[in-house]
Amino acid sequence: MIILFFKRALKDFRNNRLLNLITLLTISLSILIVSAFILFFINTSEIMNFWKKGLRVMAYLKSDFPPSQLTALSGQILTLPAVETVRFISKETALNQLKSQMKRQASLFENLDKNPLPDALEIQLNAKSQSWEKVEVLATQIEALDAVQEVEYGQRWLGRFTQIFNLFRLTGYTMCGIFFMAAVFIVANTIRLVIYSRRDEIEIMRLVGAAEHFIKIPFYFQGLMQGAAGAGIALAVLFMAYWSMASNIEQGFFSGLFNVRFLSPLMAALIILLSMLVGWLGSYISLKQYLKR
Amino acid sequence: MTDTDEKRSIIRMFHVHRNYGTKKALIDITLDIFKNDFVFLTGASGAGKTTLLKLLYLAEPVSEGQVLIDGMNISRIPRKRVAFLRRKFGIIFQDYKLIANRNVFDNVSLVLEAAGKKRRLIQKRVRGVLRLVGMEDRLTALPPSLSGGEQQRIAVARAIIGDPKIILADEPTGSLDDDSANIIMKLLNGVHIRGATVIIATHDKALIRKTGGRVLLLKQGRLQGSSIIEKHYDNSIF
Repeated sequence: MIILFFKRALKDFRNNRLLNLITLLTISLSILIVSAFILFFINTSEIMNFWKKGLRVMAYLKSDFPPSQLTALSGQILTLPAVETVRFISKETALNQLKSQMKRQASLFENLDKNPLPDALEIQLNAKSQSWEKVEVLATQIEALDAVQEVEYGQRWLGRFTQIFNLFRLTGYTMCGIFFMAAVFIVANTIRLVIYSRRDEIEIMRLVGAAEHFIKIPFYFQGLMQGAAGAGIALAVLFMAYWSMASNIEQGFFSGLFNVRFLSPLMAALIILLSMLVGWLGSYISLKQYLKR
Repeated sequence: MTDTDEKRSIIRMFHVHRNYGTKKALIDITLDIFKNDFVFLTGASGAGKTTLLKLLYLAEPVSEGQVLIDGMNISRIPRKRVAFLRRKFGIIFQDYKLIANRNVFDNVSLVLEAAGKKRRLIQKRVRGVLRLVGMEDRLTALPPSLSGGEQQRIAVARAIIGDPKIILADEPTGSLDDDSANIIMKLLNGVHIRGATVIIATHDKALIRKTGGRVLLLKQGRLQGSSIIEKHYDNSIF
């Protein structure tokens, strides 16, 4: 019976080529937009995670801080829940590091009377605390310590960027939802047109004793097939766009920093399923309205 | 109405009315049609013949009254059972109602497919019934390529393939030439001989005289009378 319904769906597809192609294109476009958003978010999240891995807090100590209290201070910081490790960087070590990093400007250091750099503690965060909100809380806690002159967590701008990114992500989710609903209603409308063009046929089927499922199932199959084909087209277009852009990105500004990834097979499968859901839902809505009459 | 009549009845109507707004299409129809009856439903255009048939195959609802088909009260049938009830009928329409973009085989097989029959059985039955109506060589033809008589034969094939208990035919010969009309009536007689109840809505008095059977006369939505017409000569009801 399933094969029969499948064959009928294929036949119906061929008999109403134009309307079905419009539905297919509508689904493809909607899914392409949603997939492009997903691809963008996946890669942006990857970049964010890459940057977040370097999250650390530098606590610069006051110049009169007695080295004898270093162990106690480190111990105090280690008790904070977000802290993984604490490493002391003496001002001498810091200067040597600076000199080795700035070998070409070595003359700058020759006339120094004294080391201008402060002693510092490099604080690494544990895995659970790799969020900007937690880094900020930790920084405030460390800054409150008497021995600490100043706290710096390098890529402070990244925090702001994360906020913008989160806002963007929220907008993206909303857009995806809107596109999903729009796709469902457009599909429902095109399938309603298909049903309308076949109203005599459906009427005859009902009169000869066809149960509703006998009429509905081929339309559901049609919706599912359109969804799957639409997703296939959208993913193929997206892959071509990715393929042509990824090599440029990797060879350009972001060279070596990270790889631009395409959607994982699991994500692609989920998108196909989502698209099939769009097709099915469109058929379901229009059939429910039509057959109620 | 005796107990025996009740047992023999396949269709019973009690004080049935059908209204379209203020227009009354059927007024207070009470009748019994028995198993294996051959019934002509006759009357002038607009008398309510087609409306009465539509009530029977549930294309339209009853405004008032009760209709029992094979013991089932159609007003109380849930939506899901409507298809099941319609399979008791084989319906022949004046305008054939064939699906234009499906070939002869597909049009006829639709009834068995809808009933969930197996493919092999469908193949066998469709070929058998098309042989019976003399259309076995037109399996792959599309309805628009057939003549009116041929299309009506396909419609008859579709109506009888499911071995229905009741055949409803709405002006089955209305738009056909005499030869084609004779073929259709022979086919309907054949189905009747095999045990089906046949109800034909027609205003063609000559056809009724030629065929004979029980005649129900409708006039302006009311049932005016019922009589048995003997083949060829009795025309007392007219």
